[in-house]
Amino acid sequence: MTSLMGNHSGTIGYSFSEPTSANVKQHSFYPYTDNGGSTLGITGADFAILAGDTRSTSGYNINSRMVPKVFKIGGDDETGEGANIILSVVGFAADGNALKEKLDTMVRMYKYQHGKSMSVGACAQRLSTILYEKRFFPYYVHAILAGLDEEGVGALYSYDPVGSYEREQCRAAGAASSLIMPFLDNQVNSKNQYIPGSGEGHALVPKKAEPLDKETATKLVKDAFTSAVERHIEVGDGLQLVIVTREGIEEVFHALKQD
Amino acid sequence: MNHFPEAWGRPRNDVYGAYDHSYLQTSGPKAHTSSPAVTGTSVVGVKFNGGVAIATDNLASYGSLARFSDVKRLRNFGDKAMVGFGGDVSDMQYLDRLLDSMDIKENYSHHGNMLNAKNLHTYLAKVFYKRRSEFNPLWNHVLVAGFDGQGEPFLSSADLLGTTFSAPHLATGFGAHLAVPILRRKFPEGTPLEQVSKEDAVEALKECLKVLFYRDARSADKYSIAVITKDGIDLKEDEQIQGQSWAFAERIRGYGAQTA
Amino acid sequence: MPGFDFTNYNRNAALHAKGVPLPKATSTGTTIVGCIYDKGVVIAADTRATSGPIVADKNCEKLHYIAPKIWCAGAGTAADTEFTTALISSNVELHSLSTGRDPRVITCMTMLKQHLFRYQGHIGAYLVVAGVDPTGTGLYTVHAHGSTDKLPYVTMGSGSLAAMSVFESTWQPDLDRQGAIDICAEAIKAGIFNDLGSGSNVDVCVIEKDQPTQLLRNYMKPNDRPQKERNYRFPRGTTAYLDQRVISKEDMKKYVTIETLSGDDKITTGDSMEVDT
Repeated sequence: MTSLMGNHSGTIGYSFSEPTSANVKQHSFYPYTDNGGSTLGITGADFAILAGDTRSTSGYNINSRMVPKVFKIGGDDETGEGANIILSVVGFAADGNALKEKLDTMVRMYKYQHGKSMSVGACAQRLSTILYEKRFFPYYVHAILAGLDEEGVGALYSYDPVGSYEREQCRAAGAASSLIMPFLDNQVNSKNQYIPGSGEGHALVPKKAEPLDKETATKLVKDAFTSAVERHIEVGDGLQLVIVTREGIEEVFHALKQD
Repeated sequence: MNHFPEAWGRPRNDVYGAYDHSYLQTSGPKAHTSSPAVTGTSVVGVKFNGGVAIATDNLASYGSLARFSDVKRLRNFGDKAMVGFGGDVSDMQYLDRLLDSMDIKENYSHHGNMLNAKNLHTYLAKVFYKRRSEFNPLWNHVLVAGFDGQGEPFLSSADLLGTTFSAPHLATGFGAHLAVPILRRKFPEGTPLEQVSKEDAVEALKECLKVLFYRDARSADKYSIAVITKDGIDLKEDEQIQGQSWAFAERIRGYGAQTA
Repeated sequence: MPGFDFTNYNRNAALHAKGVPLPKATSTGTTIVGCIYDKGVVIAADTRATSGPIVADKNCEKLHYIAPKIWCAGAGTAADTEFTTALISSNVELHSLSTGRDPRVITCMTMLKQHLFRYQGHIGAYLVVAGVDPTGTGLYTVHAHGSTDKLPYVTMGSGSLAAMSVFESTWQPDLDRQGAIDICAEAIKAGIFNDLGSGSNVDVCVIEKDQPTQLLRNYMKPNDRPQKERNYRFPRGTTAYLDQRVISKEDMKKYVTIETLSGDDKITTGDSMEVDT
């Protein structure tokens, strides 16, 4: 009888009773890790801010005190010169890096092929599809994309790891997001704030959210991070602030507590 | 010779019997490294004014057995960079061969090997990330030392998941717990590189290796150290930790009430 | 009936089997150290208490009193270090009263290890025991499972390796008082800055023969919070409410006794909360 592939009970005599076959082994390899840290974005009428701490962690260890989480997308070279879109990634840093490089390459290819820069809205949609492509082996990151839209208004898009996205006024992501987001809801969107004396008890008039100016937003970002540093062990060391305006992209670093 | 090209160069069925395809399974599970076997422990590295110093001990362990006591875990990439390997030794040897072949290939090109330590680190990190994405990791944590494109000292880390980070001083494995605090104390992160001399950096690495030998049960007191400057790589592979102090042990009596 | 109450054990095991997570205890993912010197012993600790990745207390006290000249630094589950040291402190005092002698460090350490061994590690207390007694200076570590060690310098907790790196690279025999304080503080700082489980301030306790024990609370404060950029004081009336009811002091007197104190006295003894003004 003809032996078929994978048929072990062949006719040839072996020097051992059964032919070797691969043992079914359980994988103990887990392809993800969490590198900690937090990011945060706020937009206004003519600007968008993305910020992140610069600490990289593994377990209770600090890998490095200076690993930026905010990147320029679609620049001319590795310095990011000429870019008008920024991306922050927090979670598993290796996935974050791979995601950033992929998006950066695509935005640059678009520029070479179409002779114009990609709009933030188009880039946002593209990022969503990049994330969803890996639906069943996701990039373990929370991404925030920011820039100025076609009207010159600050635009900010936040993503879940598999590509669901939404344009928002502000968003916090990463380790301390649950600490920062309520602060942002209250201070940026005036949630849970009412106009004193505007009514009796429950019938108060809610305070309207007013558009923030760049300076106020920057101060809120700094306070959000110094507070997160106080209460979250994975946040600290440095604060990277990247601000997009019509004049271009401005990047500054501030010190945070190192404990 | 017959007219069945698929049979050419193969053992003849009429002499040796039909080929047993079970040895060439294309279906069924394929075994990947799911845990390391023979391993190296810490790698420590520090940048200084004009270069980078990097060191490892010369031990390869098999579980808790000190199996090979003369394994060089610092590998050079041409005369441009050094890679310090922690983790699985067979994966280290695979990567070393990969890097050697790349170095040779580059040197045959008309421009010669122009790849610097930074390029090498990017490449290694991508190899690691690709392999982890295939669920077939190379079980290593490496430090890459040398210079970047601007000629500045370069020191960066990459691990089996493809995670990368860079700092003025780095250590893998146990060294991340024991050596990094020593290095951060000696050369705080804000220190300008001009204030760190080569001698101080080398001295600090030796101190780290000593403390690691005291407290890491998978370490040894034979080590390799490489100093990379613009003048080239100064690699010493057969060093011995000096100035060990075990005198305090004489005064220890038991773990409780015992006094003599 | 003395000891622990196990009435909910079976219920909790059944709940846990169904997937209900165990309650998360506050742990002092900590750096604690101890070091002997010519005339006594120093122990030190950081002041961060954590619950998972969240800082539960920024300035907690991890140095526990056992006897006037015996103190304990505790790592592990906060409640376990607190109650274990309090229990042993009581027993040490009773023992001292019944024998009419000063308590000894070895006695305290033995009581701790026997208590912890009995609970097979379920009491998550990791301690550094230090003190002076008529037999001399004592410095021990006690692990949750009951093992002990006696060494000239010791470290424990999640920052133990960072702290040990300081001892292994700078310790020398025959330290004096200040030398011991310095190396302990430096070791705690290594933990504070390199271990995420440790942070905030350095507490030190110095125990010396014929000298009153000194608890140097917040000996170093290398992590003060920077000034906030903005003022977050809300105008009165910002918060909406569903219902309002005013209860007069006369009504309250029906349920509780009320004593009026003058407003000038500062009656709070704990740390005051930071509030925007």
